[in-house]
Amino acid sequence: MTAAIETSALTRRFGSFTAVNQIDLAVPQQSIYGLLGPNGAGKSTTIKMLTTLLQPSSGTAQVAGFDIVRAPVEVRRRIGYVPQMLSADGALTAIENLTLSARLYGMSAAERKTRIAEALDFSGLAEVCHKLVKTYSGGMIRRLELAQAMLHHPAILFLDEPTIGLDPVARRTVWERLQALRRDFGMTILLTTHDMEEADVLCDTLAILHQGTIGVTGSPLELKASVGPEATLDDVFVAFSGGTIQESGSYREVRQARTTMQRLG
Amino acid sequence: MTMMRFLMESAAVSMAELHKIARDPTEMFSRAIQPVLWLVIFGQVFSRVRDIPTGDVTYLAFMTPGILAQSVLFSAIFYGIAVIWERDLGIVQKLLVSPAHRSALVLGKALSAGLRGLVQAVIVYLVAWLLDIHLRWEIIPILEVLLAVILGSCIFSTFSLIIACIVKTRERFMGIGQVLTMPLFFASNAIYPLEMMPDWLKLVARLNPLSYLVDALRGAMILGGHSTHGLFLDFGIMVAVFLLMLVVAAKLYPGLAR
Repeated sequence: MTAAIETSALTRRFGSFTAVNQIDLAVPQQSIYGLLGPNGAGKSTTIKMLTTLLQPSSGTAQVAGFDIVRAPVEVRRRIGYVPQMLSADGALTAIENLTLSARLYGMSAAERKTRIAEALDFSGLAEVCHKLVKTYSGGMIRRLELAQAMLHHPAILFLDEPTIGLDPVARRTVWERLQALRRDFGMTILLTTHDMEEADVLCDTLAILHQGTIGVTGSPLELKASVGPEATLDDVFVAFSGGTIQESGSYREVRQARTTMQRLG
Repeated sequence: MTMMRFLMESAAVSMAELHKIARDPTEMFSRAIQPVLWLVIFGQVFSRVRDIPTGDVTYLAFMTPGILAQSVLFSAIFYGIAVIWERDLGIVQKLLVSPAHRSALVLGKALSAGLRGLVQAVIVYLVAWLLDIHLRWEIIPILEVLLAVILGSCIFSTFSLIIACIVKTRERFMGIGQVLTMPLFFASNAIYPLEMMPDWLKLVARLNPLSYLVDALRGAMILGGHSTHGLFLDFGIMVAVFLLMLVVAAKLYPGLAR
């Protein structure tokens, strides 16, 4: 079976700064794959390239069988994306947000109706679907964003820090929903996180990113075993990057993460 | 991609905006204040200046289309702020990972600015009627006015989107927005005829799309009003300018997601 996502020496430079440096990834189909790393490790930049929002400086990537540079529209048809920031429009209701997405994916009126009902059911928002999103809690907004991203049944779902700023209960709900998407719709999920527990509980495979390169890949169990019998993912991270996950990141990245937390919280 | 699909995508973006407009009428009313002030205060005083050659119409009637054009310009030119806000939130990123055509997204935004422009038109008609300015109430001229207002809103909101794509932050945008609106307004035929201007300013005014919007409105909105260039040329130039803006904006818009 071919990989859902495959990159070869994928690189992105901003001026003289190399945000992502020669990354080779192979994400198996129907897996939940985590890019783990501190702020500024290149996780978001990688996701932006794979979702066609950002052109790579060099290297190639195939997403759902299409090249991200040569066939970006084909890639976009087959992916869903939940950015780290709040991407549901607070001035609209859940139904209006979902309708906008459905129309942009070219669904017919009949298809829209079925898919929106399915998405509302999936996110548990059917009862509040006519309320303005700005009245929702952080967890509800994230579930709506997931619903928007799964509406067109993408083959691959990209999530940038999906549970940042959520309380433990809301966080678990998001994890359950993601597992349901893989189970019920066969989706491949690629997410970024700097939450060790999330990486451990949710992901089949992890790639640890550090300063734009991949330090190591493997299942959480393999990674922990490679460091020591009692090792945690934190230990794994220290072993491969030489620092803890909370210590890195630029002012801008930290500000962005905190703003998102504040809005969701 | 079929034309139908393209229009559907634009309509999707406009429909979402329409919901927002319908929910927030206070914004519309606050926008009514400026045209009212211009017509009631500035207009009343300048009506007494006999040296402004306004043809067969009173000065107040002459400036009414200019004030409508101004109100279209002032509300559309700050459209970029909303786009920068959407960028900071992540909404732009979400739109851009959809397979929708980039220019369809930009057109959708422009058309929603057009919808807001129509509300401005209703306000200015109402104020002008209360001030006893003689307006043309036939259906065709009114449709011409509405079309011109939509086109004008599309031009200036897309221009604003282009600036937003370049500057990317609200602070820088506010600075540039303020610097642009006044010259665009004063270097046009909105509140005085081109004939009064020195040659260099006439040239600037001729290059200013606002002049063609005002000219079209002046021909269609007021009794005895007269369009210098003719509606055909006015609309032709506005359509051409908008298409150019659309192409540039569609090129720059994806950069907002970086």
